[in-house]
Amino acid sequence: MKIAVCIKRVPEMDGTFRIAASGAAVDEAGLKFDMSDFDGYAVEAALQMTEKLGAGEVHVISLGPDIVQETLRKALSMGCARATQLKCDAVPYDPFAIATALAAELQGGGYDLVLFGKMSIDSANGAVGFMVAELLGLPMVHGCSKLEVAGGQGTARREIEGGGELMTFALPAVVSIDEGIARPRYPSLKGIMAAKKKPLDVKPAQLGPVALTVERMELPAARPPGRIIGEGAAVVPELVRLLQAEAKVL
Amino acid sequence: MPNVLVYAETRGGQPRKVTFEALTAARQLADQVGGEVHAVVAGPGVDALAASFGEHGADVVIACAHDTLAHYQPDVATALMAARARAGDYRAILFSASAQGKDLAPRVAARLRTTLASDVTSLSLQGEAMVVTHPGYTGKVIQTLKLVASPALVSLRPGAVAAAKQPKAGRLESAGVPELPAARVTTTETVLGDTKKLDLGEAPVIISGGRGLKAAEHFKLVEDLAAAFGNAAVGATRAVTDEGWRPHADQIGQTGRLVSPDLYVAVGISGAIQHLAGMRTSRCIVAINKDKEAPIFKVADYGIVGDVFEVVPALTAAITAAKQGG
Ligand SMILES: Cc1cc2nc3c(=O)[nH]c(=O)nc-3n(C[C@H](O)[C@H](O)[C@H](O)COP(=O)(O)OP(=O)(O)OC[C@H]3O[C@@H](n4cnc5c(N)ncnc54)[C@H](O)[C@@H]3O)c2cc1C
Ligand SMILES: Nc1ncnc2c1ncn2[C@@H]1O[C@H](COP(=O)(O)O)[C@@H](O)[C@H]1O
Repeated sequence: MKIAVCIKRVPEMDGTFRIAASGAAVDEAGLKFDMSDFDGYAVEAALQMTEKLGAGEVHVISLGPDIVQETLRKALSMGCARATQLKCDAVPYDPFAIATALAAELQGGGYDLVLFGKMSIDSANGAVGFMVAELLGLPMVHGCSKLEVAGGQGTARREIEGGGELMTFALPAVVSIDEGIARPRYPSLKGIMAAKKKPLDVKPAQLGPVALTVERMELPAARPPGRIIGEGAAVVPELVRLLQAEAKVL
Repeated sequence: MPNVLVYAETRGGQPRKVTFEALTAARQLADQVGGEVHAVVAGPGVDALAASFGEHGADVVIACAHDTLAHYQPDVATALMAARARAGDYRAILFSASAQGKDLAPRVAARLRTTLASDVTSLSLQGEAMVVTHPGYTGKVIQTLKLVASPALVSLRPGAVAAAKQPKAGRLESAGVPELPAARVTTTETVLGDTKKLDLGEAPVIISGGRGLKAAEHFKLVEDLAAAFGNAAVGATRAVTDEGWRPHADQIGQTGRLVSPDLYVAVGISGAIQHLAGMRTSRCIVAINKDKEAPIFKVADYGIVGDVFEVVPALTAAITAAKQGG
């Protein structure tokens, strides 16, 4: 079982966001970066599958400038076997440009499974995984909260609006991972030491054409500061009045 | 003539609200470029929906009425949309950023070897470019994106454009029965929660419960309040879905659903940053929490400091009365 997981380096969301001087990017000063949330779940899912089967290995791939090597090292220290950086000066916004480069790397890699996060937490597109699947001509199951493989077959549960779906599919396949699989493990000290000796290849990213670009970024209009209207059930009539007369949502 | 193509999503053979929203947005674009709106719809008996799509601005409704299409099948829908996109002169192709539309749009884009602007909250054609806005970084940043491609593929966030009636012919065309690709993924079982339940992405009101409710059975309080509103869906925090009190599909926040209803009522929710990420763009936020220092009060338009077991039943009674009165 050979599994590839595509991971993206993103800012942690609990930081305070400012817009950079260019007006078209976030100011990275003061922000902390890590693997995108759902990509962490995908790495964990891949590791658990190979551990359960007692065979196979997990490769991680990240597209971006050299700093993404930090994120790749983290995945190696969690237990992945090999990492590849698809090097470019900056990560383009365009999902098709990214997908083209990832597909070129994955093509012919002999992977039984290619995993993605459900969406990256910065772009919030949820597009790259589908596009890679399409470019590779592989089936794609999106948003899985459970995933098992056995005998060349995959079974998954995916979350849909108001419920879940159980599906089966033949390998090789592309799967994107939702939360619910298992919390990503923390790298152990031993894992961190071992990761230093694991292979991390650097290759130029063969990006696709860029047709979608960020023109501007703005912080959303601040909500008016919160207001406590009172205490206990006694203020319920006042709340209902405000919902009717002021907010007009009733 | 440059036209606009819409994937008209249905559920249980009925058009969805998000489809009317997409048609309304498509109509605006088509009028801008002097073109037509074409809607593709798939499923048994969908011919009957042409009139309602016409009412919302479709000039032509391309129906693929095949029994095997009762449920959304990605491979079939992708083939259908890509074939239609290639057959016509389309300036733009619109999808809803619903669960189904988010699944379909990037597949169609890649099949056409082009890109996609996802989950947009506004869109307009400006010369060669389609300019859209899209909330990124869990809604902390609003991005203005420029898409230079024709056709320009876009998925539209539910609720971003208000559906409006703009009657057009809605002329029915048959897509014929396309050559159906062999299914590569088989759905063996659909585990639905309550199918009558309003979807979180579409409900104008969301009543959301947190760990303050203390136990799964106390979600009855939340459900009763939702029932009193009549147009409300029930959401939850991750603390609650982790406990298994509610299914994961109900989770709102950074790693759950991103919602933006007219009214969001937070019941026994502390207001962690990851939860706020999923609901802070709601139009009006009400919070009920016994701790007046809870961060949820920082974003609440109307906060009540109090015990949920006391305040929520009183609110349910008051809403029921208000609904009957008006
Ligand atoms: C990577 C990551 C992703 C995450 N993603 C999400 C996400 O998508 N969605 C999400 O919700 N969380 C998410 N979380 C978890 C988040 O940090 C919080 O832990 C969670 O939102 C807390 O849920 P809660 O408000 O129900 O519980 P608590 O924080 O325990 O709050 C319970 C509240 O109830 C109040 N209360 C108690 N009893 C009563 C009573 N009788 N009457 C009135 N009020 C009462 C308390 O004062 C308290 O404020 C994520 C965390 C991480 C690290
Ligand atoms: N620069 C990147 N490098 C590696 N994987 C990526 C990159 N960007 C996106 N992905 C993968 O594609 C998924 C979906 O991303 P997105 O379409 O941006 O929401 C992410 O969860 C990652 O698994």
